[in-house]
Amino acid sequence: MNIQLNGEPYELDLGATLATLCAQLELGQSRYAVEVNMEIVPRSEHGDFALSENDKVEIVQAIGGG
Amino acid sequence: MVAEPQALGDATSMSRQREDRPLEIAGKVYQSRLLVGTGKYRDLDETREAIEASGAEIVTVAVRRTNIGQNQDEPNLLEVISPDKYTILPNTAGCYTADDAVRTCRLARELLDGHDLVKLEVLGDQKTLYPNVTETLSAAETLIKDGFKVMVYTTDDPLVALRLEEMGCVAVMPLGAPIGSGLGITNPYNIQLILEQAKVPILVDAGVGTASDATVAMELGCDGVLMNTAIAAAQQPMRMAKAMRLAIEAGREAWLAGRMPKRLYASASSPIEGLI
Repeated sequence: MNIQLNGEPYELDLGATLATLCAQLELGQSRYAVEVNMEIVPRSEHGDFALSENDKVEIVQAIGGG
Repeated sequence: MVAEPQALGDATSMSRQREDRPLEIAGKVYQSRLLVGTGKYRDLDETREAIEASGAEIVTVAVRRTNIGQNQDEPNLLEVISPDKYTILPNTAGCYTADDAVRTCRLARELLDGHDLVKLEVLGDQKTLYPNVTETLSAAETLIKDGFKVMVYTTDDPLVALRLEEMGCVAVMPLGAPIGSGLGITNPYNIQLILEQAKVPILVDAGVGTASDATVAMELGCDGVLMNTAIAAAQQPMRMAKAMRLAIEAGREAWLAGRMPKRLYASASSPIEGLI
């Protein structure tokens, strides 16, 4: 299935969870936050959160800023 | 009774006793009155070194999309600037609407395991990066209702500063000059007016270019100064970070000491009596 990941198309196995996606992206232990269709999905729920076709996923992190 | 206006150049406030109280923001006490950003540094090593030299305890960060598939080996900013060591202050830089700013703060809270202290800034236009006050007020209201502790970047308008304080912002941060301009404290009289009435910490945020600018802000009686470019864009950021630390301390001490009154004519320092 196809999702939008940080504004770009991204292909993913049908029924993949957020945890699968994050593992696939090798985000590891780094701190990040995830939003699906404008709603934050808490880290504790990533394992149970099944993604659907055309979901808009945003993954953000802290970077340098003033 | 209306308080007599204070003399210009003397920021003594009727309501503000010059007590040497530590800086307290949202119930937490800080030793350093210098807050620094983490943007515009050459690399993370330079960021870490400059921030250590500044002595800052509160450090701002931005929230941005993770680069998918790129630089995954690169250390994360929060590994270098650890939330165990610093109070991380996520900002809403780059947001031009209240909705975007609120969304960014919520993502930051998730990112930082429920940390709810944020720096709210809602910008008006790209050329001046001047605050959009109506959107800022709207975002502040939503964020406070949602349990955030809001340190708010705003114009140097005393009425707006008071309104933000009344809404429940934990600190109000008027600009000294546009972000990244390095023009210094362009309207010290407005900062003074804001200080006269404030009951929450007032920090100058943006505009500081060099050490004397930071000292001016502190001599006016500000509770602290937040800066980024002045350090990051200096030829030697680490050295400027140290200069800023000393400048903030000097300005604070001078404010506590209470400056001498200005006078037009000379007043001899050596006694007249006993002249040969």
